[in-house]
Amino acid sequence: MATQATAHHDDHAHDAHDHHDHKPHGFFNRWVFSTNHKDIGTLYLVFAFIMACIGAGFSGVIRTELMKPGLQFVQPYFFNEMTTMHALVMIFGAIMPAFVGLANWMIPLQIGAPDMALPRMNNWSFWILPFAFTMLLSTLFMKGGAPAGGWTMYPPLAIQGGDGVAFLVFSVHLMGISSIMGAINIIATILNMRAPGMDLLKMPVFVWSWLITAFLLIAVMPVLAGAVTMLLTDKYFGTSFFNAAGGGDPVMFQHIFWFFGHPEVYIMILPAFGIVSEIIPTFSRKPLFGYQAMVFAIASIAFLSFIVWGHHMFTVGMPLGGELYFMFATMLIAVPTGVKVFNWVSTMWGGSMSFEAPMLWAISFVILFTIGGFSGLMLALVPADFQYQDTYFVVAHFHYVLVTGALFAIIAAIYYWWPKWTGKMYNETWAKFHFWWSMVFVNVLFFPQHFLGLAGMPRRIPDYNVAFADWNLVSTIGAYGMFLTPIMMFVILWTSKRSGAPATQHVWEASHGLEWTVPSPAPFHTFETPPLIHDEDLAHGDVTH
Amino acid sequence: MKAAGLVSSKLGGFTRTCAALAASVALGGYAGAAHALAQPWQLNMTQGVTETSRTVYGIHMLAFWVCVVIGIIVFGAMIVSMFKFRKSKGAVAATWSHNTVAEIIWTVVPIAILVLMAAPATKVMIGMAHTEESEMTIKITGYQWKWGYDYVNVGDKPYHVHFISRLDIASDKTRQLKSGMDPYAVKQGNEQTYLLDVDHPLVVPTDTKVRFVVTGDDVIHAWWVPQLGWKQDAIPGIINDAWTNIHDPGVYRGQCAELCGQDHAFMPIVVKAVPKAEFTQWLDQQEAAYAQAHAPAAPAPAATPAPAAPAPAATPTPSNG
Repeated sequence: MATQATAHHDDHAHDAHDHHDHKPHGFFNRWVFSTNHKDIGTLYLVFAFIMACIGAGFSGVIRTELMKPGLQFVQPYFFNEMTTMHALVMIFGAIMPAFVGLANWMIPLQIGAPDMALPRMNNWSFWILPFAFTMLLSTLFMKGGAPAGGWTMYPPLAIQGGDGVAFLVFSVHLMGISSIMGAINIIATILNMRAPGMDLLKMPVFVWSWLITAFLLIAVMPVLAGAVTMLLTDKYFGTSFFNAAGGGDPVMFQHIFWFFGHPEVYIMILPAFGIVSEIIPTFSRKPLFGYQAMVFAIASIAFLSFIVWGHHMFTVGMPLGGELYFMFATMLIAVPTGVKVFNWVSTMWGGSMSFEAPMLWAISFVILFTIGGFSGLMLALVPADFQYQDTYFVVAHFHYVLVTGALFAIIAAIYYWWPKWTGKMYNETWAKFHFWWSMVFVNVLFFPQHFLGLAGMPRRIPDYNVAFADWNLVSTIGAYGMFLTPIMMFVILWTSKRSGAPATQHVWEASHGLEWTVPSPAPFHTFETPPLIHDEDLAHGDVTH
Repeated sequence: MKAAGLVSSKLGGFTRTCAALAASVALGGYAGAAHALAQPWQLNMTQGVTETSRTVYGIHMLAFWVCVVIGIIVFGAMIVSMFKFRKSKGAVAATWSHNTVAEIIWTVVPIAILVLMAAPATKVMIGMAHTEESEMTIKITGYQWKWGYDYVNVGDKPYHVHFISRLDIASDKTRQLKSGMDPYAVKQGNEQTYLLDVDHPLVVPTDTKVRFVVTGDDVIHAWWVPQLGWKQDAIPGIINDAWTNIHDPGVYRGQCAELCGQDHAFMPIVVKAVPKAEFTQWLDQQEAAYAQAHAPAAPAPAATPAPAAPAPAATPTPSNG
C-alpha cells in the first residue's frame, strides 16, 4: 500500500486544477495522521485483510491437525491457543474492522457529507487496533502462551492461563474503545451531517444498517469490558466474581459475556444485510423490494438480539422457564430475517439481472447465509440443542453465517465499490474465477461439519475417534482450497490498481445513490458543499415506497 | 469403508469412492439407527436408546424437513429468477417494489410454523426437567481430565461406591504427539474405541429412572452421551440434575462437551447398561469392597444402625427426589 500512496501523491503533486484531490504530503502525514474518511477506510480494510490472513493461518494449523485421527503436529494446549486466537483475530481483527472500513468509506459518500463528524477521533479509532493486536498476538511468544480457553473466555478455565490472559484483557479493552469511538462517530455523522433532502427514510439501507449497528456497539462493548475486567481481578486481585469457593458464580460470566456476545454477532451481520440490499437492486435493475420493511426488519433484529443471549447457555442448568423463554425469543428472530430474505428474492424476481462479481457474491450470500439461518433455527430448539451444543454442528452454523455470510458480503462490497475508490475496473473473468473457486471450497470446508456434529464430534478438540476421520479429511481439503482465495483476491485487486481499465462515474449500469454522482476515483475531498439531491439519483428517493 | 465394499470391484478406486459416498448419502440419512458408535461418513444424529433421545431425534428431523421445504421454495425461486429474468435473455425489469398480500403471508405463515415447532419441543423440555420419582441417584463430577462417579443411593438405601473413570491406556498411548501408533488399532472387539473407552465405565440398570447430579471440581466440563439424548454442564459450585431411563442393554459412549483445558478431548464417558439383577449384584459387590476397605480397626460395639456412618465425603449428598 505504501508504494501506491506515494504513487498517488506523485500523480497529483502538480495537479493545479483539482484542489479536492490535495492529499497530505508525506507517507507519515497521510497515513498516520489521517483525518480523511476515505484513507481511514482504506487503513481499516488493509488491516482487516492482514488480520484475516493471520487468522486463516491459525485455522490452517487447526485443519492440518484435524486432517487425520491421532496427533501429528501440535500439542493439545497449543491447539487450544490456535482455536482461541483464530476466533479472536477473525472476529475482532478481520470482520469488524472490515465493516468499519466500509462504513468509513461509504457513509459520508452515501449521505452527501464531507467526512465523518469527528475526523480526529476517527484516526484514533483505527490506530488503536494495530496496538491492540500487537499486544494480543505477542502472547503467543510469552511464557504461558497465548490465551487457550476459547474466545468465549469462560472462567474458571480462562483464568488458568498464564499472563497472556492479562494481555488478552487489555487488548479487548483497546478494541472496545476503538469500536465505541467509531460507533459514536457513525451515529453523529448519520444523524447530523446528511445533506438537505437526504431524509432518514431515503437513506441507503447500508447507512441504516450501520446506524443501528452503531447503537448495538455502544450498548454492548462496555458490557464485554466489564466481563473481562472481572476476569482480570479474579485472576490477579483476589476477587471471586466467578469463583464459587469465594461465593461467586461461573455462570454469571456466561450471562454477562453472552449479553455482549449475542448482539455482537448481529453487529457482524447487519452491515452485511445493508451491503446486499445495495448490490442486488443494482444488478437486478429493479428497486429494492420493501425498503421500509427492510429497515424495520433490521431494527427488529437488533432489538431482539438483546433478549436472546441465553440460547448460548442452554446446557448450563437454567430453570425450565428461562430455557422456554429464550427458546421462543430466539425462534422469533427467524421472522424479520425471513422477511429480509424474501425481499431480496422479490427484488431479483421480475428484474433484468446481470451477474458481475458483486452480484455473484451477493446472491451466494442470500443462499448460504439462509442455510446458516436454518441450522440456527434448529439450534434454537432446546431439546435438539442438547445434542448440538458444543459440537461441530454449532461450528458449521456460525461459519456459514460468518464466512459465507459476513465475509462474502464484505468481498461483494469491495468488488462493488472498488472502481469508485480507485477509478479502475478489476478483471471480471478472474473475479468470477475467484468467486466460483470460493463457492466450491467453502462448502467442501464447512458443510461436512454439520454431519460431524450430528454424528457426535465435540468442538475444540485436536483429536477424535476414527469414525470422524472421513468428513474431517474432506473439510481439511476444503480449507486448503480456501487458503488460496485471499491470494487470488489480492492479485486481482493489485493488478487492477496497477493496470485496470478506467472506471466510469456510474461504474454499474443501474447504480443509484450519491456515491455514484462523484468521479471515479472519488476525489480526496467530496461534498465539501452539500450536493443538490435529486430523488431520481437515489435508490430510495420515492418516499411513498 | 463398508459401502465401498458393496460396490463392484470392477470400478476404479475413484469411481468406487464416489459411489460409496452416494450410497452413504442415501443410507446415511437414516443413520438414526442406534449404532453403539458413530459410523464413518455418518450424516445424521443417533436416535439413541431412551424415549427422550428418540423424541429429540424427532424434533430434530421435524426442524430439518421444515428447513428443507423452505429452502426448496426460496432457493427454487432464486434459481428460476436467475434464468427467467436475465438481461442477456432480454428480460425487461419490472418496477414494482411492494406486494402487501405477499408480505403479510410471509410474515404470518413463518410465525405459525414456529409455533408448530415449538410445541413438541416445549413438551419434551417439561418432561426432561422432572427428575423426581427417580429410583436411584448417581453423582457425576468432572475433573481435569477424568470423570468421578458416586453411587449415592438406590431407593432409600445409601451407597458409598465411588470411582474415577479415565481414558483407557491404549488410547492414551496412541494419542501422544507423534506416537506413530495407529488409532484404528484401538478396538474393543469390532468396535473402534479410540478416545471413546475408559478403565471404569459407569454401570446403570436398564428400565430404571436414574437421576444424575452433575458438578465440576475445577473448571466447567459437560457430560454427554449422545445415545441418552441430553447433555449437562458440570460446573464447580453448582449442582445440576438430569435423568435417564435406558431400555436397551448395551455400552454407550460419549465425550466431555465443554472446553476444559489441554485434555478436553481425552476424557470420554462410557455407560454400561445392564439388566437390574445384574446391576444390583455388581453394585453390592462394589459396596462390599468399600465396606471392607473402610472396616473399623477395632470391633465396633454392637451393630450401628444402618443409615450410618458418614463417609468422609467432600460434598454433601443431595437427598433423593
